[in-house]
Amino acid sequence: MSMISLAATTVSTGEAITFWIFAPIAVLGAIGMVISRNAVHSALCLITTMLALGVFYILQQGPFIGMVQIIVYTGAIMMLFLFVLMLVGRDASDAVIETLRGQRAAAIVLGVGFAGLVGTAVARGLQKVDARNLTEANADGNVQALAGLLFNRYVFVFEATSALLITAAVGAMILAHIHKRKEERVDQVSMSMARFAPDSYPGPKAGPGVYATSTSVATPARLPDGSVADRSLSPILPVRELTDAEAAPKGTDSR
Amino acid sequence: MNPSYYVILAAALFTIGAVGVLIRRNAIVLFMCVELMLNAANLALVTFSRINGTLDGQIMAFFVMVVAAAEVVVGLAIIMAIFRTRRSASVDETNLLKY
Repeated sequence: MSMISLAATTVSTGEAITFWIFAPIAVLGAIGMVISRNAVHSALCLITTMLALGVFYILQQGPFIGMVQIIVYTGAIMMLFLFVLMLVGRDASDAVIETLRGQRAAAIVLGVGFAGLVGTAVARGLQKVDARNLTEANADGNVQALAGLLFNRYVFVFEATSALLITAAVGAMILAHIHKRKEERVDQVSMSMARFAPDSYPGPKAGPGVYATSTSVATPARLPDGSVADRSLSPILPVRELTDAEAAPKGTDSR
Repeated sequence: MNPSYYVILAAALFTIGAVGVLIRRNAIVLFMCVELMLNAANLALVTFSRINGTLDGQIMAFFVMVVAAAEVVVGLAIIMAIFRTRRSASVDETNLLKY
C-alpha cells in the first residue's frame, strides 16, 4: 500500500453512521447503569454498553478483540455479576440516604469537570491526527497478526497472565470456601436423628400444584383436607389463587 | 469525523464510571462502574492501535480483559464473603474493619 493512500485514510461514511448510532446507545447504557436503583437493571444497562463497545472494536478493524469483548465481557463477566446478584438477593436495590452530605452533588460536579478536562485535552491533542488504520497490520488476518505478537513479543506477559488467572481462581476458591470448625461438624448419626425428629418431615417437600387448569409454580399444592400446603411454595413467589375465569374448563378436551 | 471521537467517547464513559463509583452505595454496582471504566480504557487502547497502525493497542486491551476477569472473580468472591457475614452489600455498612 502506498504512502499516499495510507496518509489519506479517513473514517468512512458507513463507520461514521454506525458510530453515531452506537455512541448514544453506549452513553445511555452507562448513564442508565449509574442512575437505576435496581442492580439487575444496572447490569443489563452495562451489557448494552459493552455490546456497543464490541461493535466499536469490530468497526476499528479489531474483529478478534470485538468478539472477545462480546464473549468474555457480556457473556462471562456480566453473567457472573448476575449470578452474584441472584445470590446476594433480590433486595439489592440501593439506599438513597447520603452518608456524607453533598457527596452526590460534589461527585457530579467533579465528574463534569473531569470530563471537560479530558475531553478538551483529547480533542485538542488529536485534532490533526489521521488514522493510519490497520489494513497493513491485518494483511494476513487479524487473528494471525495478534497471535504473532502475543506469542513473540508479549510471550512473557502472556505467561504472567496464566499465573494471574491461577492465583485469581485459587483466591476465589479460598474466599468462597466456608471453613467449619471441628466442633461445628455434625456426624451422620446426629444428622439422621435430626431428620427423623418429631417436628421434621423426612420426605421431600410437596411440589407446587400441577393441575389441569394451572401448572404455575405459584399455584400451591393442596393437602388432603383441601387446605393450602405452604411448604410447596417458594417464599419469593407471591401466592396465586386462581380466579374463576382461570379455573373454568378451557374446552380443550374433545368431549 | 476522525478517530478522536472514539477517544472522546471513551473519556465520557470513563467519567460516567468514575461518577458512578463515587455516588453509588451497592458494592456490586460499584464493581460494574469499575468494569465500565476498564472498558472505556479498552476503547481508547483499540482506537490508539488503529491510529498508530500497529496491533499493540489491541494486545493491551486483550490483557486488560484478562486482568478484569481475574479482578471480577476475586472481587465478587470478596463481596460474597462480606455478604455472608454482614447480610448486606452496601459499602456504607462495611466499616468494621477498623475495629
